[in-house]
Amino acid sequence: MKINILRSGGDTPQSYDVDFENVTLLTILNHIKTKIDPTLTYSHGCRSGVCGSCAVRVNGREQLMCEYKPSNEDMVEPIRYATVLRDLVVDSSSIEKFNRSASAWGEGSKEGNISEEEMARIQTQSDCILCTSCVSACPVYAVNPDFIGPFSLTRVWRYVSDPRETSSDAKIAAVQANGIWDCTLCGECVPVCPQNIAPVQDIRMLRSKSGMMGYQDPAMASMFGGGLDFGGVSF
Amino acid sequence: MAKILIIGGGGAGLVGALSAHEVGAEVIVVSKTLPTRSQTSMAQGGMNAVLGGDDSVADHIADTLRSSAGLGDEKQITFMCENAPDAVRWCNSMGLPFSRDESGEIARRRLGGASAPRACYAQDYTGLKLLHTLYDQCLKAKISFVNERFLLNLIVDKETNRVLGATFLNIPTGEVEEIRADAVILATGGYAALYGKHSTNAVGSSGDGIAVAIRAGARLADLEFIQFHPTALKNSSILISESARGAGGYLLNGYKERFTDELAPRDVVARAIHDEIASSGAVYLDIRHLGEEFITHELPQERKLAQIYEGIDPVHELIPIKPSAHYSMGGIEVNSECMSSVIGLFAVGECANHKTHGANRLGGNSLLELVVFGRHCGKNAAEFGGKNPVSTLENGQLAKDTNFLRGVMAFNNEIDFYEKQEMLANIFYNDVGLVREEVGLKAVLGAIRQMQKELPFMGPKDKSKIYNTNLVEFIEFGNKVELAEIIVVCAIRRNESRGAHYRGDIPTRNDVMFGTHTIIWREGGVLCADFME
Repeated sequence: MKINILRSGGDTPQSYDVDFENVTLLTILNHIKTKIDPTLTYSHGCRSGVCGSCAVRVNGREQLMCEYKPSNEDMVEPIRYATVLRDLVVDSSSIEKFNRSASAWGEGSKEGNISEEEMARIQTQSDCILCTSCVSACPVYAVNPDFIGPFSLTRVWRYVSDPRETSSDAKIAAVQANGIWDCTLCGECVPVCPQNIAPVQDIRMLRSKSGMMGYQDPAMASMFGGGLDFGGVSF
Repeated sequence: MAKILIIGGGGAGLVGALSAHEVGAEVIVVSKTLPTRSQTSMAQGGMNAVLGGDDSVADHIADTLRSSAGLGDEKQITFMCENAPDAVRWCNSMGLPFSRDESGEIARRRLGGASAPRACYAQDYTGLKLLHTLYDQCLKAKISFVNERFLLNLIVDKETNRVLGATFLNIPTGEVEEIRADAVILATGGYAALYGKHSTNAVGSSGDGIAVAIRAGARLADLEFIQFHPTALKNSSILISESARGAGGYLLNGYKERFTDELAPRDVVARAIHDEIASSGAVYLDIRHLGEEFITHELPQERKLAQIYEGIDPVHELIPIKPSAHYSMGGIEVNSECMSSVIGLFAVGECANHKTHGANRLGGNSLLELVVFGRHCGKNAAEFGGKNPVSTLENGQLAKDTNFLRGVMAFNNEIDFYEKQEMLANIFYNDVGLVREEVGLKAVLGAIRQMQKELPFMGPKDKSKIYNTNLVEFIEFGNKVELAEIIVVCAIRRNESRGAHYRGDIPTRNDVMFGTHTIIWREGGVLCADFME
């Protein structure tokens, strides 16, 4: 099988011939690194889909190397919208940056019984492994690098909708600018999530919650020149 | 304000960070990857705590003591078990999404060796969800993270035996740096990755902090005790949580017959599987009778991993399994305040030996240990640092490590260290694994001593300064070789069978001769080991 890998410092991918079938891409890269080319650089950890280290793009689509089984002539590239440090390793400081901007944490959970159904509401959202595949797939980053993207907004919704959470107003306020209204609702983040999370759905929920709290889409608000105005009477 | 340096961003490090921050310290957490990528993310089963019902703290203590096979410290175990309910409440208050039972209480399941269902869990993602919840809280507390720094050595003032900080390789730039602090907490995890493809652990569990600690003059304890998880996937050693058996899963041998009590402590079950594989050719985990709905809901991760790595669906098929190296009971010796024998150097979690697991850890006690002792350790380190600040003492460690790294980059790599690493993993699994014998152990020791001599002929082939993972993996290999020697020396000296340390040539326990801890240290570079209280 031939695997093509886009490495840093070159425009053309490097090809490796390996004799494997029905194994993960990570198994193949580990083989290349330890037997063929020790300079090939990539991140990996748990090899079981929970540490979020090994997201790459294969043939233009985000995959975890430890879960993806490659075919002949596959093209492997680093994920997008992050500075490449070397080969398939990218700068992951956006994880901390976006989660900090979004106040993506619990403010305090109350004790007491919670039904299984209520807890199930945040089950999928809290499965996130911060692999940043969703950022790589998101077209908004091509125009707004400060977008508090899919994983952070999912994380905010995870805390806002936690039945134990005591205060979520500040969180909703934190995701208004460069946040929920910047999303185009295209849904590209959904199929690439290895944990079957649908960030776009969580963003819709955050929008509707924001609406109930009196926030509005700044694009809608500015459609009439920054506010509604009928003959000098401001509303 | 005391400055606390925490090395390791897994569960233990993050709990320590929150706790040190809470008492007013300035905290910096250094990680060799990113905090959310650490080993804790892989913990599945749960966190033990008695939350009422028919269970009691006394039973939790008794179960833990029994499983520890004489090497658990009753005071430490009591401290852990008594603080367990509060630890779970604390995690709940931060937002850890525990699964719930029908009445809406935090659900608990039964794990091996426990007299009652007491492992609080979040599906089979308990570690992942705990780790991420902690990380979120650290961001909220504005704790500083420095990522992608590989720990090289501790900076210790030899005159006073006081830790002053640590040196690191900045992985992205290739520079050697130092970080000074009033107290240092090692939370670097265990060393089960030494077993390579026969380990459930992430590749990074190479015991760096433990190797660094003994080089810095700290004492280690009980390194021969390594837990083998009974049920890892046969081809990849990926963990299938004990909760699969807790929920009623069976173990079947090559003739598709049950052969053991599935919920005995891990050392017992793992050895039974080992023997059965030898006699009947294979062992399988059977969870088919639990039904698709249960498996999808309670064991989603297991199902996915079995499909990817074994190509089978556990809803309809048997899961081929084998025991794999899973947890390091041994580690840096610490006192009840979590301080090591180097002043100001603390250790917590899997890299430390809190003497709570003894010779065999119970499922559900490791996440518990890292929360209970992480809180204790963070507070103690902050208070110690506050009372005993260090001025910026002159120290040559940074210069020494800069030179060391320059030297390593110039090694001629005539011998391939990846090949040696694979060999070490294989001989460890075969001869320093579930069943050990003096002859095999001594042969392994010979091989390790040879590798030590050959290290200067190995080294990284990649000569790049930028993000050189070949270099990082070589230094990790060096740490593994350092610990491998210690583990084997301990295993040879312990002429008995106890908990996870089973000697095929001496299958009985001998409390008179070996009823105490193996303590290990270096004196003038010479490895010393002795049995001590």
